[in-house]
Amino acid sequence: MNKKVRVQATINGEDVEFLCEPRQSLLEVLRETLGLTGAKEGCNNGNCGACNVILDGALVNSCLVLAVEINGRNVTTIEGIATQQGLHPLQEKFIAHAALQCGFCTPGFIVASKALLDQNPNPSENEVRQWLAGNLCRCTGYDRIVRAVLDAAQVQEKPL
Amino acid sequence: MQVLDYISAGSLKEVVGLLASNNGRARILCGGTDLLVQLRENRRRVELLIDIKNISELTSINYDDQSGLWLGAAASCHAISQNRFVLENYPGLVDAIHLIGGVQIQYRASVGGNLCNASPAADSIPALIVHNAGCLIVGSKGTREIPVEQFCMAPGKNALQNGEFLLAVKVPPPKENFGVHYLRFIPRNEMDIAVVGAGASVTLDKAKQKILSARIALAAVAPTPLFVEEAGMFLAGREITEENMREAARIAQAAARPISDLRGTVEYRKHLCAVLTRRALEKAIERARAS
Repeated sequence: MNKKVRVQATINGEDVEFLCEPRQSLLEVLRETLGLTGAKEGCNNGNCGACNVILDGALVNSCLVLAVEINGRNVTTIEGIATQQGLHPLQEKFIAHAALQCGFCTPGFIVASKALLDQNPNPSENEVRQWLAGNLCRCTGYDRIVRAVLDAAQVQEKPL
Repeated sequence: MQVLDYISAGSLKEVVGLLASNNGRARILCGGTDLLVQLRENRRRVELLIDIKNISELTSINYDDQSGLWLGAAASCHAISQNRFVLENYPGLVDAIHLIGGVQIQYRASVGGNLCNASPAADSIPALIVHNAGCLIVGSKGTREIPVEQFCMAPGKNALQNGEFLLAVKVPPPKENFGVHYLRFIPRNEMDIAVVGAGASVTLDKAKQKILSARIALAAVAPTPLFVEEAGMFLAGREITEENMREAARIAQAAARPISDLRGTVEYRKHLCAVLTRRALEKAIERARAS
């Protein structure tokens, strides 16, 4: 029986506490222990971005973060992007532009795009493409995704 | 993946103590972008991971006119390439750091980790070599410093002895009429491993017509990042001419001893060595002239 460690963190604004083994990734704990299955396991080696979460403001692959490392820290997952008022503009625009087909990569793309817009509210097309280079989509050819992000930035710029 | 324990160390002394008491069974964890993948694929076995990201000396990025730039071994690629001073004064280093993975990787991966992982294709290492950078190493017997070109021993193997770890990378202060560039060839636009990479630094004379000194280093063409000292020695004291650039590129090409693999053949890599060395030199000279 491997030793388990107690971890306290804030996930999507809520204080959570869990036990995990030192070897477990944040992705594994989010999905298996906390029931947050929005972050997806694509490659499990840092290439595809499907497991993206925001850790203290930094965009990271949750498959390459150990769950024990998040003690005392703040995590946002895809489940924390929409609010009580409704979907985030990025989510609205992904739907409006049909920026997905199978949808497996979509949570990662939306979390990554959120991290971009948080620090650069009005990115150029080139900046969006560069930023999303670490997220792979095998269906769309990326163009609709890039257009959805640029469109969401426009909406965000002009608050309702 | 078998890891029995994890400790977030609070001081350098604690790291030294943990490495000594675990005698070869512990390993330093920084961004984990290489290490966690290697552990998961059972390419490495570790009982204890020592997280060094919460030690301020190890994450700091500092500068002073005497010793130059201090990059703590755990400073992330993102923190380094967003640092205003680094951006303005070390553009050749930023060229290389920007190529390491996507944003997600750059937020986690460190330049110190890129060095310790000792991949022949590591992008930051040729850029550090042409900057004449040094590795500051700590162990139970104290600290020692070695040039970056002596740090990698073989693919995945570095010069750290049992119980030692990398404290920082020290990059000399920028000089006048000095320029650096690093570039690589990959079949995609981003997110790939270098087929060949080339870094060059030059120091020009006051009139900016002649090369006073130069350094050239290559990635992915030998078991370790390759410092081609003879190419720089050839250029020292020579005019910036078409012929001299071509000869320096030919020397770099001759020094390369690549293998054929899925990324490219020996012949292709040899060809790239000359092309990329030439381009790295041209851009380094352009930057030196603009400095």
